[in-house]
Amino acid sequence: MKPIFMTYTKKDLINLAVCMVLSVLIIPTFIKTEYWYTSILIPWLCLALATIGQQIVMGYTGQLALGAAGFMAAGAFAMFNLILRVPDLGFVGSLIVSGLIAAAFGILFGLPSLKVRGIYLMVATLASQFFIIWMIDKFGWFKNYDSSGIITAQDIVILGKPFTTPLAMYFVCLAVTTILTLLAMNMARGSTGRNWMAVRDMDIAAESMGVSLLRTKVQAFAISAFYCGVAGALFAFCYLKSLEPVAFDIKLSFKILFMCILGGLGTINGAFIGAAFILLFPVLLNAIGNNVFHGAIDATIISSIEQVIFGLLMIIFMIYEPLGMAKLWENLKQSMKSKLSSSGIKGVKSPVFKK
Amino acid sequence: MAYERKFKIGKPILEVNNISLAFGGVKAITDTSFNVLEHEVRAIIGPNGAGKSSMLNCINGIYKPQQGTVSFRGQVVPNITPNIMAQMGLSRTFQNLALFKRMSVLDNILVGRKLHTKTNFLEVALQLPKVKKEEKLNRERSEEIISFLEIEDIKDTPVGKLPYGLQKKVELGRALATDSSIILLDEPMAGMNVEEKRDMCRFILKVNDELGTTMVLIEHDMGVVMDISDRVVVLDYGKVIGDGTPDEIMANQKVIDAYLGVEH
Repeated sequence: MKPIFMTYTKKDLINLAVCMVLSVLIIPTFIKTEYWYTSILIPWLCLALATIGQQIVMGYTGQLALGAAGFMAAGAFAMFNLILRVPDLGFVGSLIVSGLIAAAFGILFGLPSLKVRGIYLMVATLASQFFIIWMIDKFGWFKNYDSSGIITAQDIVILGKPFTTPLAMYFVCLAVTTILTLLAMNMARGSTGRNWMAVRDMDIAAESMGVSLLRTKVQAFAISAFYCGVAGALFAFCYLKSLEPVAFDIKLSFKILFMCILGGLGTINGAFIGAAFILLFPVLLNAIGNNVFHGAIDATIISSIEQVIFGLLMIIFMIYEPLGMAKLWENLKQSMKSKLSSSGIKGVKSPVFKK
Repeated sequence: MAYERKFKIGKPILEVNNISLAFGGVKAITDTSFNVLEHEVRAIIGPNGAGKSSMLNCINGIYKPQQGTVSFRGQVVPNITPNIMAQMGLSRTFQNLALFKRMSVLDNILVGRKLHTKTNFLEVALQLPKVKKEEKLNRERSEEIISFLEIEDIKDTPVGKLPYGLQKKVELGRALATDSSIILLDEPMAGMNVEEKRDMCRFILKVNDELGTTMVLIEHDMGVVMDISDRVVVLDYGKVIGDGTPDEIMANQKVIDAYLGVEH
């Protein structure tokens, strides 16, 4: 596998082309139901983006952080205020600036990582989750003094054109996610990603090679928070279409953490696989409940079963495949390939049917 | 020695002055001084627990000695951290292997090129032309080191999956990739068989000979130490008990006593 374009191999470019054709041409032509866009594809893209953020700090840099939803809230409310108060920025400009605001919070709450690690860092980063939500709740300015508690998100307008249909919003999310995913891949495969992973695998050695722990960790937290912030803004504007701090509670942080771990730590495609699994699994369980048992099982029981299965899966993955579903997918492809090639060789060398 | 050295042994590049290090009440190093000359192969030997690794950790800035200073090229380094020493041109390997286990051999060695990487994360994300140029240069240098160490066939393997001897080689490669003027090797041949040891000696001497890199190594195999080093310093209970050429060390009564034990 020789890289043709930098670190990209021919295989990568084919994968990218397949994904693009699938998401830009095939999905919009064949899926017409709004439900798919509003309830599955749009949240999937948003949460996958947030999971990439979580991957950068946890999967690549090895810093156990738990506060993705806090940064998402920061991004979402920054977006709301920017569109409200600085309309000249436009949608794309506001999206970038809200990412940067989230990144500033990321730097602030990433600083403990220099002194504490592991589970203690996780507890320290929880502060971001609670602080940001508290701040938004406490100061009415962030919510434009809205008394109802739930604010309606403004319509998305890019270059004077409104993007209000589910399909249009899907394309907005898709474009942002695609660009940011490519940038994340460039970083992960380049010198930036090597520094992250060096800090993750052996920080003393990394430092002895001239990698600054302070800079690398804070950088990872900032970039991670940027991704979460942008994801949060998209989540609020394209999926929820409303803003309320409760939507970004600790449960969402845990959800993103699960997506990250089940998808596969230290992989970008794992973010998409993990997000898809965690989003679709409840849908699947509900469908089974409705169609197989015809509603005989109570919805609350189904959601409890969901929690139990997630918990079990987490344990199983942690023990047997810490690299998650991305690794399983890789193994599957490998075994398929070797099966194909070995059967091919057999076919040439020996008669197909042996008695 | 019979052959002519390309890089003549020069002035002191590294000086350790009166270093004392204690962990709580346990004294690891007591008032130790020695120097390392440019382009030489310098060995630090001593029985277990003599403070050899602690010494390297002090030089490299991982431990902060309670007393004493480390000078680099005649200048006292005020606030030693591993990062500052790396920037000054000092690289090292570790006793218990400190490789990036989940990264490939090539990526491990590429991390060694960190100080030759000037582009920031934004430029990397956008893959600007200068990033590509820099990455290409770094990759070429890393490939050179990989073929020098004769590990081409494992360059894409995650290092965690490699046997011990090969991991030691990769660690040497990572230190080489920094293009440092001095490399500290903490037991580069521990746990190796005779053949692997011979290979490692060859690499160490070749690097010293061709690039003029100053080598400081801790080693237990006396045969190896006496063969490859220009000068040897012997530590025992955190103190220097001998310092000189291999021949002088072998004739030193204190050293013989420390190694063989002596009746009191």
